[in-house]
Amino acid sequence: MNRSKWRSVAGELRSSAFGIAGIIILVLFTIAAALAFLSPHDPNALNALERLKPPNADHWFGTDDYGRDYFTRALYGGRVSLTVGFASMILATGIGVIVGVVSGYFGGWIDNLLMRLVEVIMSIPSFLILLLLSVFLKPSVGNIIIIISLLMWMNIARIVRAETMSLKEREYVLYARASGQGAFGIIRRHILANLMPVVIVGATNNIASAIMMESSLSFLGFGVQAPNATWGSMLNNAQGLIAQAPYLAVFPGLFILLTVLSFNVLGDILRVGFEPKLVRR
Amino acid sequence: MTERLLEMEDLRVSFYSRDGENQAVRGVSLHVDAGETVGIVGESGSGKSVTAKAALGLIGPPGKVIGGDIRYRGESLLGWSDGRWRKLRGNRIAMVFQDPMTALNPVKKIGAQMTEVIRRHRGLGKAEARREAADKLREVGISEPERRLDQYPHEFSGGMRQRVMIAMALSCEPELLLADEPTTALDVTIQAQILDLLKDIKARSNMGIVLITHDLGVVAQVCTRVVVMYGGMVMEEGAVEDIFYRAGHPYTQGLLKSVPKRGGGLRERLVPIEGTPPDLLDPPPGCPFIERCPHAFGKCVERPPLFELGDGHRALCWLHDAEHSAAKVPGAAAGGTDAETVGERGASDE
Repeated sequence: MNRSKWRSVAGELRSSAFGIAGIIILVLFTIAAALAFLSPHDPNALNALERLKPPNADHWFGTDDYGRDYFTRALYGGRVSLTVGFASMILATGIGVIVGVVSGYFGGWIDNLLMRLVEVIMSIPSFLILLLLSVFLKPSVGNIIIIISLLMWMNIARIVRAETMSLKEREYVLYARASGQGAFGIIRRHILANLMPVVIVGATNNIASAIMMESSLSFLGFGVQAPNATWGSMLNNAQGLIAQAPYLAVFPGLFILLTVLSFNVLGDILRVGFEPKLVRR
Repeated sequence: MTERLLEMEDLRVSFYSRDGENQAVRGVSLHVDAGETVGIVGESGSGKSVTAKAALGLIGPPGKVIGGDIRYRGESLLGWSDGRWRKLRGNRIAMVFQDPMTALNPVKKIGAQMTEVIRRHRGLGKAEARREAADKLREVGISEPERRLDQYPHEFSGGMRQRVMIAMALSCEPELLLADEPTTALDVTIQAQILDLLKDIKARSNMGIVLITHDLGVVAQVCTRVVVMYGGMVMEEGAVEDIFYRAGHPYTQGLLKSVPKRGGGLRERLVPIEGTPPDLLDPPPGCPFIERCPHAFGKCVERPPLFELGDGHRALCWLHDAEHSAAKVPGAAAGGTDAETVGERGASDE
């Protein structure tokens, strides 16, 4: 990856208040989720005396209908959401890049086969598959990551395929062939490095949609199972209590919103930053 | 006896598209010996680059070698596996491309790109390959090679990049160098430097060089032998002197007339070749130059053979047929020697 490209991304980031806010939010959330164990409260400890307490000095976000500390639960929930987001992104990007590069570089029947497969998977409403699969698989974090990745790699594969097809016609690829490099050597040395911008942008946006998917799944009760918290299941829980304790819905909802928004803003900044520009701002 | 490196015999290459079969190369025969520099001249679309790519087995779909033979040191290369080709490419036959701005990967350091080739073909270690790469850069006239190896292509100028490309091509000490319009994308002064470099390399080694160009000036400076291509066929081949002073094919004569001559003066008129090259989707069965040829006659609808005009000087033109001896064979109209013809043409244009 070119240093000047990163410099351009950094410039783009600096000039965007949203971008800076997004980065700060994501860093804060990640650190908070990682350090969740420092909280004096147990996220799953019931306390009948402390039910539905509004936010106060001891319970920053109040307590839920079982008397559990809502702040601690939100931290642990963030842990799940971010883990699922990152892990699914990595897995989905991996699959997508491999499929896309192979498809784009070799073309012919391999390309046909892989792209038709992509189209078939994309033509089925993903939430339907998501629900069906989660019924059959034990709803653990690992399984959720796998399910979400299996539904997310197609976009990356398509972008990567298109980019590979254009990259393989570049003269340095022809030169590499003329100097005796094999197909896999060329892919490794010349195609992958040049794919980085599109892959990074795609991956960033994928984290956002993975978090959304996980939250929706948990909201519907097919995600991580109780008593473990995720933002989605917390939202689900808050449904019946929205009149008495609206903060129960506001906190997880706000966290999902901020995280997803931040990743999308970041994805946009990366995309603009990587674009070749005539005039640097 | 010189060593024959590359030999092509009746090579045919076609590209298949929706519009039909584009016959890019239609029966090209040529050879390159060690130590000689062969210029392949022709206008765009005459099949010169395709011919060179075929020599490295780089014709991929939708293109296909459909006939003829390519031999390297007497061994036929057609039907070779990709693995065998790869041992030849870059190692024994190296290629330099037209545009040095695009032939280097922009995201990799020069050193990484150079050592990659050296390590694969010569089995050297990292440090040795790097030293070797630095040596090659110095050889092509790049100063501070050690520092340059850690730079990216955008930190080099066009001429410098072409030097890097040549250094890369030379890094495995190939026996044959294919240079596909190495100076076309460069400005004139840099062009001269690169040509000097090529001459220098030629003087130092016994390498065979194929120089593909559409610039007759370049050919005159560097080459020992010339192959003139048109419409996917070899129109004429011969020593540089034969081509420039005794051109036997009307196309070659036309090419020479369309180039300004030193000492031609302000009143010199350039004579363009009228018309356009043949459509290779549906090429004429006879001479491809028939429609633009001022000397075309009845026989030209048949495909002419190569007529021997002298030692290694051949032209694909019926004008040299013995039966046609009654008609006047046009004299050599090159090198500004045939001012009469040039004058006549110029006058008729007014």
